[in-house]
Amino acid sequence: MADVTPTTLLEEDRLNMRNWPRINPLAGAGMVVLLTIALVAIFSPLVAPYDPGMPDLRARLSPPAWTAEGSWAHILGTDHLGRDILSRLIFGSRIALTVGFGGVCIAGTIGVFVGLVSGYFGGKTDAFLMAVVNTLLAIPNILLYLTVLAVFSQSIILLIVVIGCINWTAFARVVRSEVMSLRSRAFIENSTIIGQRVPVMLFRHMLPNVFGSVIVIATLNVATIIILEAALSFLGFGVQAPTVTWGGMLADGRDYVATAWWLACFPGVTITLLTLSLIFIGDWLRDVLDPRSNG
Amino acid sequence: MAKYIFWRILQMIPILLGITLIVFLLVRVSGDPVLLMLGEEATAEQIEALTKSLGLDRPLYVQYLSYLGDVLQGDLGMSLRYVNQPALEIVMERLPATLTLASTALLIAILISIPAGIIASVNRHGLPDYLASFLSVFGQAIPNFWLGIMLILIFGVTLQWLPVSGWDNPWSVLLPAFTLGASLSAVLTRILRSSLLDVMGQDFIRTAHAKGVSPVHVIFGHALRNAALPYITLIGLEASSLMAGAVVVEQVFAWPGIGLLAVQAIGSRDMAVVQTIVLFAAVIVMSINLIVDVLYSFIDPRIQHG
Repeated sequence: MADVTPTTLLEEDRLNMRNWPRINPLAGAGMVVLLTIALVAIFSPLVAPYDPGMPDLRARLSPPAWTAEGSWAHILGTDHLGRDILSRLIFGSRIALTVGFGGVCIAGTIGVFVGLVSGYFGGKTDAFLMAVVNTLLAIPNILLYLTVLAVFSQSIILLIVVIGCINWTAFARVVRSEVMSLRSRAFIENSTIIGQRVPVMLFRHMLPNVFGSVIVIATLNVATIIILEAALSFLGFGVQAPTVTWGGMLADGRDYVATAWWLACFPGVTITLLTLSLIFIGDWLRDVLDPRSNG
Repeated sequence: MAKYIFWRILQMIPILLGITLIVFLLVRVSGDPVLLMLGEEATAEQIEALTKSLGLDRPLYVQYLSYLGDVLQGDLGMSLRYVNQPALEIVMERLPATLTLASTALLIAILISIPAGIIASVNRHGLPDYLASFLSVFGQAIPNFWLGIMLILIFGVTLQWLPVSGWDNPWSVLLPAFTLGASLSAVLTRILRSSLLDVMGQDFIRTAHAKGVSPVHVIFGHALRNAALPYITLIGLEASSLMAGAVVVEQVFAWPGIGLLAVQAIGSRDMAVVQTIVLFAAVIVMSINLIVDVLYSFIDPRIQHG
């Protein structure tokens, strides 16, 4: 029998991934929305019709253009200080996407590392790391975020780091369970026999094989973090004014819900559209990368 | 069974220790309590005296152990904001509101997800299935605080059917509970649909159909019970997000529970109250998980706890 080295089997696995099914319409729509919002975020100053922080007291609480009293000067209307809602939504996308993707990078790195170590070594290491995970899971995380953010000065960097450092448990749990099942696979046993060093085992052989699940969780996690960031800003503990955040816009809008519905409506619609897109993309990726599951 | 419950409670101890450690460290990094108590104009002697009398000059691990001792005796410290009131008392006062909100939300989620999950799985790939799937994805994507604001707009402001803030009459709980339960009912519908589909494909269901058991009885008498395990597991897993959701939803509806209290206490650095709330929330979450584990063996007698 020809020698079955780890690499040949890995390459076989990679080849299988080429049989990508067609993009389903929902995931396709999701990608279009995500890409549009990303482009808008990058080119905010060029796309936004107004300065998002510029008050115009003569145009206070002007309703959206298509309503009876609306004007096309402000397509989505203005808020209680006369600031253009559309421009604020456009600039708010920067914070949402930065925190979403930044947070998931940190969370993913910590979670994957913990999962790899926990699943590979097992025993006491695993017991300890899983105790940490279970502790973090037992505390309603938002209380941790709020306390840490209240204590330190609130900056976007801190927000991303805090979210990343608390939100990694989903990655750790999934990677751990996959690594545990990988340990008994032939190519891993072979490389143990030929005396591969542990870092090589973890990062060259294990990591590529859990990558599919990690991408799926990461996509869904971005949605979770975007909602979380909005919730923290909504409660007044997120990125502070004058930086525009969707959660902050919602907090303003709540006070005017009886008189000016558009203040609270549009930021929420935007958040929902973005998280829906990420969920559709994540579900599609799951079908592509993990044919066993049919959730 | 009693042995198993005892064993499970023993297992909760390291997690509780971890939580007290996190909570303790949070308070330590949150600034000097002596300065918070004495204010800006305190003299150096005053600061030294209070530091000594509070025991803050001792090594950190000694302070932690003494804090742990206090917690075990039910002494969770005094509130800074409500002068001379123990934090425990303040939190206990607000707890019933949160428990009412969370249990109503759970009830609403169950009442929505069971029929929705059954209808979706029976009409697989039919219109009701797609509708239920779409709604359940939507329920996960929508931020609960925004849903709350929109419900206030629709049912409170426009239709004026339901009260929108505070807890004045029994109907007050409906909007906040629905807001809190919406995403839970979404994930529960999803899991019930897929586990029912799994069960419906098995031999004993085909046998039941072949025997001429009515379809309704097949679902309620045979399939549902077998599909219940993942459903109940998920309720346990979501307990923590239910409590976290309550923090935000209570804010939207000015619901007088521990979530609203937590945000106020964090804002005013009332750390004794914050510590107590985090501990309580964690204990509630762990208790729900314990109940879920015990329920397992009632639903599936094959699972033996011993």
